[in-house]
Amino acid sequence: MTSLIEARGIHTYYGASHILHGVDLALAPGETLGLMGRNGMGKSTLLKSILGLVRPRSGTVRVKGADMTRSAPHRIALAGVAYVPEGRGIFPNLSVHENLVMAARAGARGQRDWTLERVLAAFPRLRERIGHGGGQLSGGEQQMLTIGRALLTNPDVLILDEATEGLAPLVSREIWRIVREIKASGIATIIVDKNFRAVTAIADRAMILVKGSVVFEGPSERLRGDPSIRERYLGV
Amino acid sequence: MDLGSFLVQLLNAVQYGLLLFLIASGLTLVFGIMGVINLAHGSFYMIGAYLAWSLAGKIGSFWFALPVGVLLTVALGMLIEWLLIARLYARDHLYQVLLTYGLILAFEELRGMIWGNDVHGIPVPAPFTGSIPLTETLAYPVYRLWISAVVLALAVAMYLLIQRTRLGMMIRAGASNREMVQSLGINIRMLYRFVFAFGVALAAFAGMISAPVSSVFPGMGGQVLIVSFVVVVIGGIGSVKGALVAAILIGLVDTFGKVTTLELGGLRVLPDLAGMAMYLLMAGVLLWRPEGIFGKRL
Ligand SMILES: Nc1ncnc2c1ncn2[C@@H]1O[C@H](COP(=O)(O)OP(=O)(O)OP(=O)(O)O)[C@@H](O)[C@H]1O
Ligand SMILES: [Mg+2]
Repeated sequence: MTSLIEARGIHTYYGASHILHGVDLALAPGETLGLMGRNGMGKSTLLKSILGLVRPRSGTVRVKGADMTRSAPHRIALAGVAYVPEGRGIFPNLSVHENLVMAARAGARGQRDWTLERVLAAFPRLRERIGHGGGQLSGGEQQMLTIGRALLTNPDVLILDEATEGLAPLVSREIWRIVREIKASGIATIIVDKNFRAVTAIADRAMILVKGSVVFEGPSERLRGDPSIRERYLGV
Repeated sequence: MDLGSFLVQLLNAVQYGLLLFLIASGLTLVFGIMGVINLAHGSFYMIGAYLAWSLAGKIGSFWFALPVGVLLTVALGMLIEWLLIARLYARDHLYQVLLTYGLILAFEELRGMIWGNDVHGIPVPAPFTGSIPLTETLAYPVYRLWISAVVLALAVAMYLLIQRTRLGMMIRAGASNREMVQSLGINIRMLYRFVFAFGVALAAFAGMISAPVSSVFPGMGGQVLIVSFVVVVIGGIGSVKGALVAAILIGLVDTFGKVTTLELGGLRVLPDLAGMAMYLLMAGVLLWRPEGIFGKRL
């Protein structure tokens, strides 16, 4: 089966600084990949390189076999890749309802698994706040809104960058519950998160970045069972 | 002033205000949503008026000239956004000011080449040539009422488009986070090209429908540009609702300033200084609310 996402030899720069040094990443349909690494190691840059938001200087990004290295971000999104960015990215000047429905559509294969009703059932908090402005929500609610909005595009891949950052433990747990539900629904995910236990518990496979290079790549169990890798690369 | 002439002036003020709104709404939309300062906005008003005059002459019907003119100016707006404006989004406002100022000069030159420098007029189109009698001696032209009705209908349509449709949500979302909008699968470049062309077409349409009641002449764009900026500043940058309120206020102040006599300490203040009234209004509003009536606090 072809990979949903296949990035090869990605080199990305910000001006003169060389951030990614030839990163390979592959994601199979339905797979959950945990992407880890300390601050500033290039996780977000890798995700943005895949999403077309930052242009890699060399390397290729394929989505479902098609070369999308130079494609506009909206083309990549329409191919079935949804994004929940670091620091959220809700539209504060739109209501909760508008945030959710503004980009809602059938997926790349025509699937309509996620409807407004299903998202509101998954996030009861959003239903209570449906008429509020996006900017009036708490941090956790904003995160739910961004995830719900991404799901309403009926993606095949969901990319979550630090979805639980800065959230209270109880709210974080709520987000992880949703991520499990998303995984169960068959959507492939790339999860970037600092919570090692939570990521390895849900991910099928894990990857660790150090200074823009992949230093570990393998099944989550191997990472869980080998504290030395964890200590060396993650410091946890 | 008796009741009859007061009513006529009131209708004039509202009609002038609504027309101003039509012009300024495009300016405020393009600035508020796309962050583009378009000094050439007045030129599009002028182009609309000249198009109405020349097309109506060629086709023989004002009513047919209107849709043709709108289509042409939408195309012109798309072309200009694609060719020029799109290159400047990432740059400072100064570049936009310079570019669009250059456009004013280019459009004036082109206008001279294509249409000449004469003053023109076009007759009020049928079936709106008549007047409605208000009193025994006063009447009000039906065409002016038609202008007001059309602008009001457009204002409602614009409100519904921006506030109630998914297209409007996407446009508003783009004003707060362009990158995120793209990552949701929306082609923001096309969307903004459309918004810019829509703003251009609004100004041009205002020029077209006002051509039968005011003459068509070379400097008409510059005059309108300045008043439009005053409307945008008073109403609050980016606020269509603010533009409506501000434009009506200016219509009232300007119209009644010209027909009122006011003496202060032996000096004839009105109507001699009526032309300054809207600037005084602007100064007053800015002292009260620096961000304009419906503007976001800075
Ligand atoms: N827009 C930018 N311009 C210049 N340098 C940047 C930019 N964004 C990130 N960087 C730098 O690139 C490096 C990688 O950043 P990136 O955000 O990808 O790291 P990260 O692994 O996501 O870190 P974090 O855990 O803090 O989110 C960092 O050194 C960062 O300072
Ligand atoms: Mg990051």
